[in-house]
Amino acid sequence: MWLNALLLALRSIRRNLLRSILTILGIVIGVGAVITMVTLGNGATLSVQQQISSLGTNLLMIRLGQRQGPGGGGGGGGGIQPFKESDVTAIQSEIGGIAAAAPEARAAVTVVGNGRNWATNVTGSTNDWFTIGNWKLASGRMFEPDEQLAGSAVCIIGETVRREIYGGAVGTLIPGAQLRIRQFSCNVVGVLVSKGQGGMGNDQDDIVVVPFHTLQRRVTGTRTVNTILVSMEPGSERTRIKASLRQLLRERRKLTDSDDDNFNVLDTQQIADALSGTTKVLTTLLGAVAAVSLLVGGIGIMNIMLVSVTERTREIGLRLAIGALGSEVLLQFLIEAVALSALGGVIGIAIATVASYALAHVMGVPYVFDSTINLLSLLFSAAIGVIFGYFPARRAAHMDPIEALRHE
Amino acid sequence: MSAVLIRLSAVTKSYGSGQARLMALQGIDLEVAAGEFLAIMGPSGSGKSTAMNILGCLDTPGSGQYLFKGAHVESLSRDQRARLRRRFLGFVFQGFNLLPRTSAQENVELPLLYRGDSATVRRAGAARALQSVGLAGWEQHTPGELSGGQQQRVAIARAIVTAPAVVLADEPTGNLDTQRSHEIMALLVALNRDHGITVLMVTHEPDMAAYARRQVHFVDGRIARDEANAHPATAPAAPTETV
Ligand SMILES: Nc1ncnc2c1ncn2[C@@H]1O[C@H](COP(=O)(O)OP(=O)(O)OP(=O)(O)O)[C@@H](O)[C@H]1O
Ligand SMILES: [Mg+2]
Repeated sequence: MWLNALLLALRSIRRNLLRSILTILGIVIGVGAVITMVTLGNGATLSVQQQISSLGTNLLMIRLGQRQGPGGGGGGGGGIQPFKESDVTAIQSEIGGIAAAAPEARAAVTVVGNGRNWATNVTGSTNDWFTIGNWKLASGRMFEPDEQLAGSAVCIIGETVRREIYGGAVGTLIPGAQLRIRQFSCNVVGVLVSKGQGGMGNDQDDIVVVPFHTLQRRVTGTRTVNTILVSMEPGSERTRIKASLRQLLRERRKLTDSDDDNFNVLDTQQIADALSGTTKVLTTLLGAVAAVSLLVGGIGIMNIMLVSVTERTREIGLRLAIGALGSEVLLQFLIEAVALSALGGVIGIAIATVASYALAHVMGVPYVFDSTINLLSLLFSAAIGVIFGYFPARRAAHMDPIEALRHE
Repeated sequence: MSAVLIRLSAVTKSYGSGQARLMALQGIDLEVAAGEFLAIMGPSGSGKSTAMNILGCLDTPGSGQYLFKGAHVESLSRDQRARLRRRFLGFVFQGFNLLPRTSAQENVELPLLYRGDSATVRRAGAARALQSVGLAGWEQHTPGELSGGQQQRVAIARAIVTAPAVVLADEPTGNLDTQRSHEIMALLVALNRDHGITVLMVTHEPDMAAYARRQVHFVDGRIARDEANAHPATAPAAPTETV
């Protein structure tokens, strides 16, 4: 009986090839869309989470300028008095719950080494800067205290700069390597472990770090500090720390009660929240689009089945009239419906895997295989097939043969 | 006469209910012996098809008794009636009712498939049945590629492929021209004469009814006349294939 039903189902699929293909197509589109969207959504979420953790959530950034929101332009703050190095020391010594604080200044430069050019940014700061930014050394060493004081010609480079200038294996430091930054040449003493793409889509590894005094004396020629980075001890009250930071800086910058702040304190937690909020919206949007395509696929299948139900009802009547049992007819239709939708589901999964892998690559998010959504989609497609293919047939198989034959 | 194969006693059938209730059959008594060739005639709406469907176990009587080979059909379950159909009955419909886009071979095989025959048995049986209706060589043609007469012959091949005891044909020539109609009649006559298959046939045309050895006339859901035909028309030569 099973074998016969299988044979009959296969014959029926072959006989109604176009209808079968359309049914499969509906499911392929639905399943493919859902899996692709969810996989990409997962990838985007993961990528944001990675960026957040690479940023560190206990970080405060103090910048010059008036009331900038997260992601506001770089610390231009023209005309506003810059921070001083002593501000950094004061923060470290006077506010509790601070793990480290470091001044930061940047300049866009073209570096030359090993006969190659590379346009990048040079950052001047202290060893604390590495701790605060969660940077690890892949090879080499940090700055020596006397190098920091004297503003020696030493630098530590990011993975991108290392690759572009020196090439070779990831993280390797060529002993005695020299790098020319504008007018001066420095010894490359360390290579940083890669952190990948940053929260704004920038390449965090495209970086050269020199001691703060080195940058001031040999690159920018000023003593200004535009940004101060502060990392808090884990579990400390960030509101209290932010409030005391503000208080301290207002005093040190001699602002009166009527003056507005001419600096602002940026909390990476806020940036993280904003980013994860964005991915949540993104994932919801993708989910909605996928749900619509699934719905469209489902409606397509329903349409096909409704159109064919008249023909099918008469076919069932005929089969019953020439001696089929109701259960045999039903089994045939069940096998047919499940076979079509399962095939559609499998093709959909295959296409979705290829598509989401390729799209994840294009979008620069990791590809995360989600077995749950694959399994769910397969079950869902089988269910659609059963509901839309089997139930109309069930109704017909319970009719008297003559009634089904006469169906219009 | 040989044993009684079919006996209807006071069979009624009504459609609808209340005001719209319509008595399609108002009490039919009919006995058919094995090996008979019986034509059912009567005006449109007189209940011929209704009676035929009940005789073919496709439908159940509203009241009354239907004995087929001594079994009370009216009290059988759906599946029991299906088993009866596939063992003893072959049905030829007015509208052919072949599966579309399916070869003659597969259409004719279908009853054997439901009976559980193996692929070789099915193929041989279908070939034999198609040959006996003069369609050898047309096995792979789909209904769309066959003429009306050929389609009806495929339908007859499907009805006889299980070697049934009874072939029921409801206006088998209703859609065919005179020439094709006579060919179909020749086939039915041959089945009845050479294989001893009981043939019950509904027809409007006296020409076709003339082939039968007994004619039953329906009027308003009752049998008005039931008469023997002493001199059935002789069939033209059974059709060998004509294109
Ligand atoms: N499924 C049905 N529902 C309602 N009424 C029906 C149904 N089938 C038949 N009838 C009615 O029952 C009566 C008998 O119908 P039946 O089909 O048996 O007539 P018939 O003798 O075969 O007519 P014809 O020669 O036109 O085929 C008719 O009045 C018809 O309208
Ligand atoms: Mg009729």
